[in-house]
Amino acid sequence: MNSSSNLINALFIFALAGFIGFEVIRRVSPLLHTPLMSLTNALDAIAVVGAIVLVGMHESRLSTIFGFIAVVAATSNIVGGFFITDRMLKMFKSSRPAANPVDKPVTK
Amino acid sequence: MTALQVAIELLYLIASVLFIFSLKWMSSPTTARHGIWAGEIGMVLAIGGTLLNRGMSYHLIAIALVLGTIIGVPLGRVAMTAVPQRTALSHAFGALCVTLVGSAEFYLRSPDISRFMMSVLSLEVILGGLTVTGSLMAAGKLQEILPQRPLTYRGQNLVNFVLLAGAVVIAVSLVLHPEARSLFPFMILIALAFGVLLIIPIGGADMPTVISLLNGYAGLSAAAMGFVLNNKLLIIAGALDGSSGLILSIIMSKAMNRSFTNVLFGAFGQVQTSAVAGEEAKPIRSATPEEAAAILSAANRVIVVPGYGMAVAQAQHKVRELYDALTKRGVDVRFAIHPVAGRMPGHMNVLLAEADIPYDRLIEMDEINGDFPQTDVALVIGANDVTNPAARSDTTSPIYGMPILDVDKSHTVMVIKRSMNPGFAGIDNPLYYLDNTLMLFGDAKAFVGSIVRELGGGHG
Repeated sequence: MNSSSNLINALFIFALAGFIGFEVIRRVSPLLHTPLMSLTNALDAIAVVGAIVLVGMHESRLSTIFGFIAVVAATSNIVGGFFITDRMLKMFKSSRPAANPVDKPVTK
Repeated sequence: MTALQVAIELLYLIASVLFIFSLKWMSSPTTARHGIWAGEIGMVLAIGGTLLNRGMSYHLIAIALVLGTIIGVPLGRVAMTAVPQRTALSHAFGALCVTLVGSAEFYLRSPDISRFMMSVLSLEVILGGLTVTGSLMAAGKLQEILPQRPLTYRGQNLVNFVLLAGAVVIAVSLVLHPEARSLFPFMILIALAFGVLLIIPIGGADMPTVISLLNGYAGLSAAAMGFVLNNKLLIIAGALDGSSGLILSIIMSKAMNRSFTNVLFGAFGQVQTSAVAGEEAKPIRSATPEEAAAILSAANRVIVVPGYGMAVAQAQHKVRELYDALTKRGVDVRFAIHPVAGRMPGHMNVLLAEADIPYDRLIEMDEINGDFPQTDVALVIGANDVTNPAARSDTTSPIYGMPILDVDKSHTVMVIKRSMNPGFAGIDNPLYYLDNTLMLFGDAKAFVGSIVRELGGGHG
């Protein structure tokens, strides 16, 4: 694989993912904007995969140390982010009986 | 590609799809918790796949994962009022990870690094670096460790601009001469300093916008990291997070009728002193808890307008009791939520949901504004600027043009407030002097508590 075709592929992916992100996030109920932010925070911590490779490969002392701190920081986001999002979402209850849980989006 | 590499890429693909579903399911509270599951499974698959890479040694990774978990658990257990500063802190952690990985990659690869790669890497560490310190500053202001008032000085924007330009100049030199490794730390230092200076002039009232913006930066820097590592999953996750932060910042700045540049470069909360002038003692009417309870129980439709002051006074559970007492008497009680109520997007909804108020009673501004003229009582608790009619009519007001909740159009307005001091942003509110406004002076929690007692006491 040459690097310029990698780059073009990457740009395609970025553009399409940004578009999907825009369309999906636009439909998120404003009720849930706070849990949305903590959830995206947790998902964004997927950067941990880059850090894991740095630590695992031991290429230099510096890269191992930086990678180690990066894994700690990202993992705390993953754990804390999913945890608090779940806590928040558990609190959202409807006043209508739960017998009819039709997925009715709150936003237009 | 070896079979193992293909397998890892496929795991990343599944994780990407799960991440998109995770956000899609956030569209409604009924499906949102599936979203967490999708996200968690995606995360486990991606990390698991990464660990399959050949030639890895695992003991340090294991230690780091355990340490991260130990730090993460308490960060997942903070009080709901503290969620904004927790979120800011996690933006800082995410950006720290990205910046450190970017720096490590630079030192591993330079000088053998293509121009494009070096440009993206510079973008990654500059965005990452400024998000680290900027988010720490925001968290400090929200936690009230740092002063919440905007700090401004002459030539502030010039200083910031020069700093940013300096970072860009270094980035360009590194693109042209990637062997000049000694320049790299300076680029990071400037980015870190820029993050601090960027947040210093921003006041507490603008925090919802700033948190969203930093969220967007953290996402974009992660996407840049995906380009550097040629990792598609990272590009996708970063693009999703980036667009989320961007959309939320647009919503927030619209809700305050301000542009991004205005939030970032025009400190709020200092212009207002002139607007408060003209202090002839205007007449106000006030009421006791007994009177308030009588008016509320005679009403058919009540809209409660909560603000951050309600959360500060820890009054949300008393408000829930009031909701129960009035609902039991057949009064229709709803809550009007302004987009910037609270300290971050959607914060007020979480605080009310925590107090067990059903989410279908929480109505957005645009949906409920038309209902105020048919509303008997609008009860304002700890909100100020978002109810200020000057935003509609007074062109000299610093908040002129900001969309507000039209509480003044309801038959009676009741405002619970400690005193007549102007609010958070220091802007006087003409709402308090209207003929249909009753001021209820006192602590929000205590006052709502006594209304509830009156309502309960009246009918056993």
